Amino acid sequence: MNQPRSLANQSWSAPEGEPVVRIEKVTKHFGEVYAVDDISIDIHRGEFFSLLGASGCGKTTLLRMLAGFETPSSGRIYIDGQDVTDVPPYKRPINMMFQSYALFPHMTVAQNIAYGLKNEPLNRQQRRERVVEMMALVQIEKLATRKPHQLSGGQRQRVALARALAKHPKILLLDEPLGALDKKLRERTQFELVNLQERLGITFIIVTHDQEEAMTMSSRIALMHDGRIEQVDSPRRMYEFPATRYAANFIGSVNMFEGHVVSHEQDMVTIASEETGSELIVHHSQPLTQGMPVTVAVRPEKLKLTEKGTNPANEITGTIQEIAYLGDVSIYHIDLPSGKRVQFTQSNIQALAELPLTWGQEITLTWSSHSCGVLSQ
Amino acid sequence: MKLSFATANPQKLIVAIPWLWLALFFVMPFIFILKISVSEPQLAMPPYQDWIREFEDGLLTITLNFGNYLLLLEDDLYVSALLGSATIAGISTLLCLLIGYPMAYAIALAPSHWRMPLLMLIILPFWTSFLLRVYAWIGILKDNGLLNQLLMSIGLIDQPLQILHTPVAVYIGVVYSYLPFLVLPLYATLVRLDNTLLEAAADLGARPLRQFMTVTLPQSVPGMVAGSMLVFIPVMGEFVIPDLLGGPDTLMVGKLMWTEFFNNKDWPVASSLAAVLLMLLIIPFVFMRHFEQRTAEEEK
Repeated sequence: MNQPRSLANQSWSAPEGEPVVRIEKVTKHFGEVYAVDDISIDIHRGEFFSLLGASGCGKTTLLRMLAGFETPSSGRIYIDGQDVTDVPPYKRPINMMFQSYALFPHMTVAQNIAYGLKNEPLNRQQRRERVVEMMALVQIEKLATRKPHQLSGGQRQRVALARALAKHPKILLLDEPLGALDKKLRERTQFELVNLQERLGITFIIVTHDQEEAMTMSSRIALMHDGRIEQVDSPRRMYEFPATRYAANFIGSVNMFEGHVVSHEQDMVTIASEETGSELIVHHSQPLTQGMPVTVAVRPEKLKLTEKGTNPANEITGTIQEIAYLGDVSIYHIDLPSGKRVQFTQSNIQALAELPLTWGQEITLTWSSHSCGVLSQ
Repeated sequence: MKLSFATANPQKLIVAIPWLWLALFFVMPFIFILKISVSEPQLAMPPYQDWIREFEDGLLTITLNFGNYLLLLEDDLYVSALLGSATIAGISTLLCLLIGYPMAYAIALAPSHWRMPLLMLIILPFWTSFLLRVYAWIGILKDNGLLNQLLMSIGLIDQPLQILHTPVAVYIGVVYSYLPFLVLPLYATLVRLDNTLLEAAADLGARPLRQFMTVTLPQSVPGMVAGSMLVFIPVMGEFVIPDLLGGPDTLMVGKLMWTEFFNNKDWPVASSLAAVLLMLLIIPFVFMRHFEQRTAEEEK
């Protein structure tokens, strides 16, 4: 592989030692519906692992199987090398933070946090210390005697987190942990969660439908679709080198050009596409056969303005149809002669560009053969 | 008149209906009861003297007789009847809880397509007259009744057990009759419980028994309170069951009231007994209201 490997998070794709969670060929069906379909993933110690996907993709079912609330129809789940497939939830070294938080409404904050400590080998004093420690960890010391109904959404989220961490689990499962918070609080909490995870060294497995959330927090993301895994990769690789059309589309925006392979020499693939009008050259190392139908994916921000006819390949010319000014960037929709619509974003470096792009203007764009990808499925 | 109705707030009109109902069918009769309870008995029809009397000289005289209330305190009979009722109502409520909780819990846990048929089985006895069902228990419990015949035929006993006309028969009748009133509200509470709370408890290491004791049971207290009130309050004034199934030693307020009203024709004493009973029952009701408000606040 000749792709810029420095981008990849090596430690997680080929780590040493045994994975802390091994999901092996796990399938779960409810009647005829396959919620999770033959999934295998290894998750390593200290990872912040995201299960990302649209609703109904099976990510929550997979998480619930890890917690022990659902039993796989087939396949095995190992935690720390031990087969836990048939182990009930109350015997697993795993704790979960529920999407609804599931705080016990008749107990105070301190009682909620202490709930899981009853079965731990701790005396009364140690138990009390642990509760105080947990409340300090998420900064809710002052709320100890409150009941859940007296707390705000953000405070409840913290109590739920403290309760799930109190037993010092090997693995913390988080089901849409930030879903109920407003945008500002969500962004702040994302970083707090990452800091907490790094400090505690506990493996976090989080379910989310929010690609931005997954990108911000994760060491690796498993993108799920229809009960299957589309791709497991670091956020950066997931974005820069999506493996499938679905993955390319789900995370960020992308321009996709349909074409077929003309030639494949060493690391360079030449692709002819009727949509672009010019040949496309992509750095790609996986074997592709001549004439094979493929898709070339280019992110909108990878396009740059150029003079027409100055590039031997990867050049498109079209007319600006729409402009959206977002402040930090502007998004342009460009129609190519083939009728294909292309998205192009440009940072607004200067307050007023010397030569602003306007509607109906014809522009030519190009991109590097390193900053695009070939999708064959 | 028509104009004022048209302009009146329709919401107020709707609220007025239950108030009117209460005033007409609860407050008014209770005022009559109170009025009778402070009057003198007499041998006439009605068997009490009006305490507002206008004498020939045009003087208005009001004679209030609180002697009936004093009598209730002085005569052991009334106090022990109240205590007897409270004991029977209390023990029956407890028995109903012990039997009804597992029933309500089982129905709430049953697959959803099973719940309606199971609830129907609970409600079904209501389709037969209450009186008939209590009479049926006489047939079951009497000396040569179904129960004794069954026990003797399997050789468990050789002498028929005396159950009818004992407190045991009263408990059987009361628990049988009032069990649905406890099961239904309790079921309504249990079926609404958030299952993720149990999952959270399991996730935190609680085995099923601890999950039940620490999550389900405390969460179902409102349903238990509501159901218990629905059993305790009517059983306090119950008359039919102790009269038909109980013996001469079964002392209950309802039965005593009947005796005072119809056998002794002492309406004032009976009325004061009714007034005292109502006052005593309002206390648990206020307690329940307080409890409901507290849980309503917690659910906010």
